[in-house]
Formats: sequence, C-alpha cells, structure tokens
Amino acid sequence: MKTNTSFMQRWFGRGWLSLGYLFLYLPIVVLVVFSFNSSRQDMVWSGFSLQWYAALMQDTEIINGLGLSLRIAVMTAFASVVLGTFAAFVLDRYRRFTGRTIFAGMVSAPLVMPEVIIGLSLLLMLVSVQKAFGFPERGLTTIWIGHTLLGMAYAAVVVQSRLQEMSKSLEEAAMDLGCRPYQVFFLVTLPNIKQALGSAWLLTFTLSLDDVVLSAFLSGPGSSTMPIVIFSRARLGLDPRVNAVAALTILVVTIGVIASSLYIARAERLRQKQISSAGQE
Amino acid sequence: MNFFKNFFTGRRFVIAVPSLWLAFAFLVPFLIVLRISFAEADMADPFGTLLTVADGVMTLKVKFSNYLFILQDDLYVLTYLSSLKFAAITTALCLIIGYPFAYFMARAKPAIRPVLLMLVMMPFWTSFLLRIYAWKGILANNGILNNFLLAIGAITEPLQLMNTQFSLIIGMTYAYLPFMILPLYANLVKMDVRFLEAAADLGATPFQAFWRVTVPLSKSGIIAGSMLVFIPSVGEYVIPELLGGPDTLMIGRQLWDEFFTNNDWPLASAVTVVVIMLILVPMAIFNKYKAEQEDNR
Repeated sequence: MKTNTSFMQRWFGRGWLSLGYLFLYLPIVVLVVFSFNSSRQDMVWSGFSLQWYAALMQDTEIINGLGLSLRIAVMTAFASVVLGTFAAFVLDRYRRFTGRTIFAGMVSAPLVMPEVIIGLSLLLMLVSVQKAFGFPERGLTTIWIGHTLLGMAYAAVVVQSRLQEMSKSLEEAAMDLGCRPYQVFFLVTLPNIKQALGSAWLLTFTLSLDDVVLSAFLSGPGSSTMPIVIFSRARLGLDPRVNAVAALTILVVTIGVIASSLYIARAERLRQKQISSAGQE
Repeated sequence: MNFFKNFFTGRRFVIAVPSLWLAFAFLVPFLIVLRISFAEADMADPFGTLLTVADGVMTLKVKFSNYLFILQDDLYVLTYLSSLKFAAITTALCLIIGYPFAYFMARAKPAIRPVLLMLVMMPFWTSFLLRIYAWKGILANNGILNNFLLAIGAITEPLQLMNTQFSLIIGMTYAYLPFMILPLYANLVKMDVRFLEAAADLGATPFQAFWRVTVPLSKSGIIAGSMLVFIPSVGEYVIPELLGGPDTLMIGRQLWDEFFTNNDWPLASAVTVVVIMLILVPMAIFNKYKAEQEDNR
C-alpha cells in the first residue's frame, strides 16, 4: 500500500513538473518555430524559410533600436553593479544606522513597484531638473538613469546574498594584518564576490535590454530602443520579423547560459581541488 | 580640517553614495508626483509653485480636484477594483500552480535540482516582451490553440480567446509564475525533512503532514511569492495592452492613457498616488518579510 502511494506521488510530481515546464516553454518554442515559417499568414505553418531573417537584416528601425539598447544596457549594467554593491555592502555590514529601515525599503522597492509608477515619477522629476538646469535631454541619459534605478535593486539582491555567505574571518585576518578598510575591501572582499558581480552585471544588462515601460516614459523623439519598436509593432498585430528577433535572442541567451554554467562548474571543480590539496599538506 | 576628517569617515561615505542616489532617483520623484497631483489640469505650468507670497500674505493653493474626480468617476473606481481583482486572481493561480511545482522541485534528487532551477530561471533571460507577444500567436482566432482544437475536432468554430479576461489572466499568470516559484523553492528546499518523518512516526498521513507541517513551515515563502506577484500585477501595463481587450480595465493602462494620450499630468499624478496607497500595505508586508529573512541568517 505504502509503495503504491509513493509511486502515485512520484508520477503525480513528474506530471505536474512536466506540465509546468510545458507552460513556461510553450511560447518560446512557438516563437522560434514560427520564425522559420514561409507563410505571411501568421500562425499557419506552410514550410521552412529564412525570409524573415533576411527581412530583419533590412529593418533599420529595429537595428538602430538594438544599437541604442545595447549602449544603454552596457552603461546600466556597470552603474547598477557599482551602486548595487554599495547598497548591498551597507545592508549586510552596517546593521545599525539612522534610517536603515527606510534605506532597505527604498533599495528593494523597485523590485516590486509597478513600472508605470516608477516611469511616471522619474519622468516628472527629470522634466523639472531639465527646466531648472537645461539638461538632461530626454533620451539615452534619462533612460539610463531609469534602468539603473531598477538595476541597482536587482544587483543589490545578488551581491547581498553572496556577501552573507562569505566568511567574515578572511576580512578580520586582513584587518589584523594591518590593512586599511578600503584595502580590505579591494584586496579581500572584492575578489571573493567577483562571481556575484559578474552575474549581477549580466542580469542588469538583460533587464535593461528588455525594458519597455521605463524606456517609453523616459525616451525622447528619435531615441526608440529595440523593445519600444517591438512593442509598438506587437500592439498592431503579429509581425514575423519580431519572431526572428526572438529566435536570435534565445540563441544568444542559450549559448550564454551554457557557457557561463560550464565556467562556473569549472571554477567550482578548481576550488574543490584546491581545498582537497590544501587538506593533504 | 579635523572636523572634516571625522565627519567624512569611510562608513559615512559608503552609506552616503547609495542614499544620495536613491534620494535623487526614487524619493524626490515621488515628492514631485505628490506635489503635481495637487495642481490643476488646465494650469499652464504644473511645476509652478503652490506657495505664493503676495502683499506679505502667504497663500498655499492646494487643489483636491484631481482626487475628487478619481473618487467620483465610476470608471476610475471600477478600474481600481478590477486591477485588484485581476492581481488577486493572478496571485491565486500562481500559488496553485507554483506551490506544487516548487514542492516537487525541492523533493527531486539533489543532482537534478540545479537543472530544474535553471530551467525556471531561463525564461527570465529571454525577453519578457517577446514571450507575452508569443501568446498573441497562440490565442488568436486563427492561432495555434484554435487550430489545434479545430484539427482534433473539439470545436467547430474558433473560440474568442484573445482580448478577453481569459487571455489577460493567462498572460499575467505566465509572466509572474517564476516569481512565485523561486521564493517558494528557496524556502522548501531548506526545509528539514525530519519534521515530516516525525509527523509520519506520530501517525500523520502524508496529506496531513503536508497541510500541518510543510505548509505552515513555508509560510514566509508563500508570503514573499504572493507579494512579488501581487504588487507588480496591480499596475501591470504591457500585458493588458497586448493581451487584454477593451473591457479588461487595468489601472496601469488608464494611467498610461491619461499621461500619453490626454496629456493630463496632474490627473496622472493623482492616479499614481492612489496606486501607491493601494500597494503600500503589501509593500510593507514584503519589506517586513525581507528584513526577517535577513535576520534569520
């Protein structure tokens, strides 16, 4: 009887997981498959073709948008990692200071706050700054500021969880050996969290590359990022060139994820080796 | 000189950098929104000062007209209520699908758990916008689902799935499901299975053990996941715009139209303030949970 229920449970579990993954991946599979469809008619398969990729190469609107999006994403990723590391360090190491609760709340609020709200308030602030000082023009800089606000929150979460795991005795040892606090940070803390900084960089880069709402509020005339272009087309209906963009994104992401997980696995093996060889000495 | 040395310690500097940034990009913008929400729609300059000094008399001109309009306008009240409704339905569906999902992930063999986890995270890395767009192709009248159902003979006429409440809820549940699964998984995977063994030894059936041991122990994960889904869904814009119909009222969309189409900045600001008030309590719960999480380590 007991084996019977656990057998049932196991298969129920497998079924649930399979259906869940099917739900999560169905749209992605659909996008990729139909990017190779030869028909103009959107969702009826009528043969393999690369014509939408060819059409995409001619699509200057999307290509220009991609150029702008990539520039903003790189700038956002660097700024978010620096600010996020500051915030994570404060949250993890400084347990008591005036306004800590408010500080923690403000760091994590952009994670959940609806983007229309962040976008609208940032825009109104930037418009008043522009009225007073004559800059920044709406465009790359303003989008960058918005994305960095969001990116910092995500970077802080990633870096903070690594800082929590890190053993404090290394830093204490460095301090005992006479390091100044900034030396401790750059010589001990930073090398220990560099993997987290790397994943925070990648995460904020993708976030920025993907964002529509903040960009729409903060962009000016002539500064349409790729998601803005895609969104305005998706509102009108289906466009097979958008499927081609999706398939290419998925290709890049898949390669990136496989490469980084291989790298992490290798780093982990190396670390294990060092630990075991240190034990033998 | 000494004063400066003492004042600008490293610690103060490290706290000051992110604080100044947050004040500039987060706090000040909300104060400006609050301020503009009290301005008049037809005022030429919504940034003009509310506080005027004339003949030595200080006058503070505060208009509540935008708020009164929101409260008296049936459309706005209905939109707020229906945003809350859709957010609540989305949260409930994510929990119903996501809890067993996270549970079975956490009970899988340790060797395959990282793979299962990565498979949940992968969609995060592919564009949210493109994945929502894909649902348009699946749910359209001549879309994949209808073609499939027609082909197997389950239906004779294509079903109207797109631009309905159904398509909106599918899209929102789809987009937010990983936000429910991840905190639940993080919680359930840490759970000590000896509690379940103890429950079984004391005569509990697996079902009883699940309800009376597993679920209460994962309370913080349930709260975190629900807040991570509920709060952003209330103000969601992209999904209702792409998948919802004209009858699926969502406040994020209303706000967008008020701002971009009607150019009514003061009213849009007032709508924003009301949305913030709606999500303030869930946000406080979320922050309390996060703080507890940090203290528990």
